[in-house]
Amino acid sequence: MKVSLFITCLADSMFPEVGESVVRILHRLGCKIDFPEAQTCCGQPAYNSGYLRETRDVALTLLDAFEESEYVVTPSGSCAGMIRHAYPDLFAHDPVLSSRVVRLAEKTFEFSQFLVDVLGVTDLGAELHARVTYHPSCHAMRLTGVQEQPEILLKHVKGLVYTELPNKMECCGFGGTFSVKMGDISAAMVTDKVNQVVQTQADILTGTDMGCLMNIQGRLRREGHAIEVMHLAQLLAKGMKL
Amino acid sequence: MSAERSTIKERAKEALKDDYLRGAVKSTTDRLRTNKLASQEALGNWEWWRERGRQIRAHVVANLDYYLSQLAENVRQNGGHIYFCETGHEAVKQVIEIAKRVKARSVVKSKSMVSEELHLNHALEQEGIEAVETDLGEYIIQLAKEGPSHIIAPSIHKNRHQVAELFAETDGKEFIPSDTQTLTAFARAKLREKFMTGEIGVTGCNFAIAETGSVCLFTNEGNGRMVTSLPKVHIAIMGMERILPTVEDLEVMMNLLPRAGTGQKLTSYVSIITGPRKSGEVDGPEEFHLLVVDNGRSEILEDEDFRQVLHCIRCGACLNVCPVYRQIGGHAYGWVYPGPIGAVITPLLNERNDQYQDLPYASSLCAACYEACPVKIPLHDLLVKLRARNVEKGRTSRWEKLSFRMYRHAFRSPKRYRVAIRLASRLQKPFLRHGFIQAQLPILNGWTGARDLRGFSGESFRDRWKTLQNVLEKDKG
Ligand code: SF4
Repeated sequence: MKVSLFITCLADSMFPEVGESVVRILHRLGCKIDFPEAQTCCGQPAYNSGYLRETRDVALTLLDAFEESEYVVTPSGSCAGMIRHAYPDLFAHDPVLSSRVVRLAEKTFEFSQFLVDVLGVTDLGAELHARVTYHPSCHAMRLTGVQEQPEILLKHVKGLVYTELPNKMECCGFGGTFSVKMGDISAAMVTDKVNQVVQTQADILTGTDMGCLMNIQGRLRREGHAIEVMHLAQLLAKGMKL
Repeated sequence: MSAERSTIKERAKEALKDDYLRGAVKSTTDRLRTNKLASQEALGNWEWWRERGRQIRAHVVANLDYYLSQLAENVRQNGGHIYFCETGHEAVKQVIEIAKRVKARSVVKSKSMVSEELHLNHALEQEGIEAVETDLGEYIIQLAKEGPSHIIAPSIHKNRHQVAELFAETDGKEFIPSDTQTLTAFARAKLREKFMTGEIGVTGCNFAIAETGSVCLFTNEGNGRMVTSLPKVHIAIMGMERILPTVEDLEVMMNLLPRAGTGQKLTSYVSIITGPRKSGEVDGPEEFHLLVVDNGRSEILEDEDFRQVLHCIRCGACLNVCPVYRQIGGHAYGWVYPGPIGAVITPLLNERNDQYQDLPYASSLCAACYEACPVKIPLHDLLVKLRARNVEKGRTSRWEKLSFRMYRHAFRSPKRYRVAIRLASRLQKPFLRHGFIQAQLPILNGWTGARDLRGFSGESFRDRWKTLQNVLEKDKG
């Protein structure tokens, strides 16, 4: 199967190891991988702030970059959600772009969703002896349809003790520019989230979105907790010794 | 801090310092949403009900003119009076006119969000007419001289001890025990007197039913029934969109509204009132008046982008799941309607008032509100649309505009993007410790005030890609 990677600007510039794990796993599963270098960002920062014209301009880079792709896979539920949920609306006024956008939306998947729903893989043969908890990101859950896929993958990792995060459905307070613009409210939200993560006594916190994980990790560090934070792809790759 | 002129950010900051408030709001909303999930599960097929609810509301709002005139005709036929009030001011004038005509000295009220919107109590008091809220929660906040902080649980921000203190103070007593029984007994005794003497009963209206000309009230305390039957005049006030075509549609809403709001199968009382007392009937008011309030709604109706907010049935479910509301409570939203629905509807109803245009930023856009809404209003999308409207109307700061112009310039070209992240990763070097920025940075202090900031990686994914490809090639071979 041919898979094009959409690495997202955040993972590209701050967490390249996440992209690398995605590549190694997909490669192990026999996918033929390409990385269209013409990609930059899905446009979310501008979109969430209401700068729609700027969003469209940036979104066009993605549209061009993935024109020929068969599948687009991204390690971010929120960027996948942007493409699947917001793009159709953003380009609704333009019939040509609009049909290109719908095609892109239909072939774009969040990483765990792609593994479970498209490839039909649930057991990667990974083994990791650790206590793990998982934060389901809002956009992954509510805009992209990432529901039980990450937990299915985790529960198949040998030796892994899965502990459910209390109140897991509640937002961590990231929200892109929200975390800077409404810093106090966001801080209160992430503080609650960190308390819950700590309660699970997990060694590792995982998720499918580096935005949220970066937010929670930033607070965990500020409070001095030693809990490791890693993207689901990193965790699985580690368990697969890739 | 006065709600006028301050920003949502400032009001939120104040609220965040109030541990009592945050504790009370969190524990009550926790309870409400757990109940909601259980009761929607028990109903079964929740998504089907939700979709029906959405369709009914969309149909009404799209044909509002028709249903309003049908309603008016049937209200009149039942012997009631109906008034269409374009502004809040007109509605208030109408109430006062009726009150003066019947020489009312006191008005008993059962919860109405619209009357809060009109500041009706204040206006009545200025005319020397006493207005008493008879809903326990509303009564509490009236004594405290506050506005509601939740759509269906107006005093959600107060715990029992605070209520006991408030009651004691009102009664000139040192102390009242704070158990629920004592507190409700206190309120009941006080309010009974008021029911007996009130000449006018003012209520809200959960739904008006066009085909029968009735108004329908969902209540839990029985006070609604007293208010609509004891005084000789009943005035119901409704936002002009709160209408349903038929009694069958009401059945759908009866399944959705209480479940979504409190997790009840049905509220303790559902009153359907059709006109004043008929000849031969023993109970009921002699006069029935229905005020249909526009107050900015027809402008929303004309705006395709935002029409959907008029689908709202004011159940409060979006508040209960909103992580922002749960941290800051309702008063921080600065106007009558709090939470996600407030963040959408307040700027729209106060379109010409710049003071409320920052409310749409009080959301992380997590979409929990949409998921909870029994009539599927996409509140998270509407919040983005409101932000876009602010950009369009030039309400955003120069600094913000410039940032997004720069973002667009850099991110629309893969080449410039690459240069930009390289530059950023070089510029951050002096601030970096073990890959994180711990210092407070002026522009980013919203973030760095409470958390460390991950720095840019020295080597981006695209830098690694070539080597990675070679490794994969070898692995294959
Ligand atoms: S927006 Fe939806 S959830 Fe919120 S109060 Fe209105 S109907 Fe209820």
